[in-house]
Amino acid sequence: MASMRDIKRRKSSIQGTQQITKAMKLVSTVKLQRARANAEKSQNYFDSMYRTVNSILARVGHIEHRYLTPATSQRKAVVVITSNRGLAGGYNSNVVKLVTKNDDFKKEDLDIYAIGNKGRDALSRYGYTIKEDLPDVIELPSYAEASALAARLLESYEAGEIGEIYLAYTFFKNTVSHEPRLMKLLPVEVEPEAESEAQAVMNFEPEDIEALDMIIPKYISSLIYGGLMEAVASENGARMQAMDNATSNAEEMIDKLSLQYNRARQGSITQELTEIIAGAEAIS
Amino acid sequence: MADKTFTLRIITPERLFFEGEAEMVEFNTTEGEIGVYPGHIPLTVIVKPGILRIHEKEGVRIAALHSGFAEILPEGISVLAEVVEWPDEIDEKRANEALTRAQDRLKVKTENLDIARAETALQRAIARINVLK
Repeated sequence: MASMRDIKRRKSSIQGTQQITKAMKLVSTVKLQRARANAEKSQNYFDSMYRTVNSILARVGHIEHRYLTPATSQRKAVVVITSNRGLAGGYNSNVVKLVTKNDDFKKEDLDIYAIGNKGRDALSRYGYTIKEDLPDVIELPSYAEASALAARLLESYEAGEIGEIYLAYTFFKNTVSHEPRLMKLLPVEVEPEAESEAQAVMNFEPEDIEALDMIIPKYISSLIYGGLMEAVASENGARMQAMDNATSNAEEMIDKLSLQYNRARQGSITQELTEIIAGAEAIS
Repeated sequence: MADKTFTLRIITPERLFFEGEAEMVEFNTTEGEIGVYPGHIPLTVIVKPGILRIHEKEGVRIAALHSGFAEILPEGISVLAEVVEWPDEIDEKRANEALTRAQDRLKVKTENLDIARAETALQRAIARINVLK
């Protein structure tokens, strides 16, 4: 059995760790609330954006447009949104798995646009091409940065360097459940159901195709921005959960060690007593 | 005409900028300035930098609307704006600086000048300054 001193040392070290995880949990709870409020505020915009774009696409039907028809290039771009910091359970590795475990993606044909250090590190270790590294974007997501990234992506798309654009992020369902998602940004795909329920005939000024030229970049920017907002909320949610688990695990270990410590203490007292009694008997 | 109102919603990625009843809305589009009354035919237009005038029952409110697009339906308008500001959110000094900068850039015709970008910047600065007047 370990000595009393060892057990005591171990216990106090775990108590120290528990204090840290407890504090981190509190911090991410506060951050989560803020991130969630932001995500909800922006939700409106994306819903309207999504609806509008779908109704436009439903109306124009299957026209020849560079943003709608598959491009010739085999290369694919993936925007991977992860966090800059770890200790968030499986949050980062789940997003990375979306890319590495996907059979449609060939390592040689992928350009990774990494938002967040953790995803960049993991993917570059696996040997993926990191085209852009944007760790600052996730710290303070702004629409301006999302649209700047969208503009760069569209530029490479139009230049024929990439044929498809994907977004890998974590969707924030609620505080306890987050779902890693892979979304195709370009070419835009119309959902079949949206096509059938297209309502009143919409007119465009300027003409359909010109309008699409201007609306689709905004659509892509808003999806990336939306992904960022969801990802920030999910990151803090995941970290909160991970830290909560860590805190209760530490609690469990402390309980176990306290028991061991008390047992060891009791043992040493009993031993001392027997020694004294034995000594007294020997004298008498 | 003026007794009819419709719902106006102006949404940005960061917030709900405005939601309420309006009698008429004016703003600038790629096809020119338009004013929309209730009962308009369904129309989608692309916004160009300019002044947004919201004619409410109580009076007219103005704002600087820079980019985005608007979905007009008979019963209301949704403006999906990337950037829109109330007059008190505009920094006059910065707007004036941006104006001179954009004008200079258009005057000095260097080789790799992005004319479209400079023009948009100019329009944006003008819209901001006009809103403040």
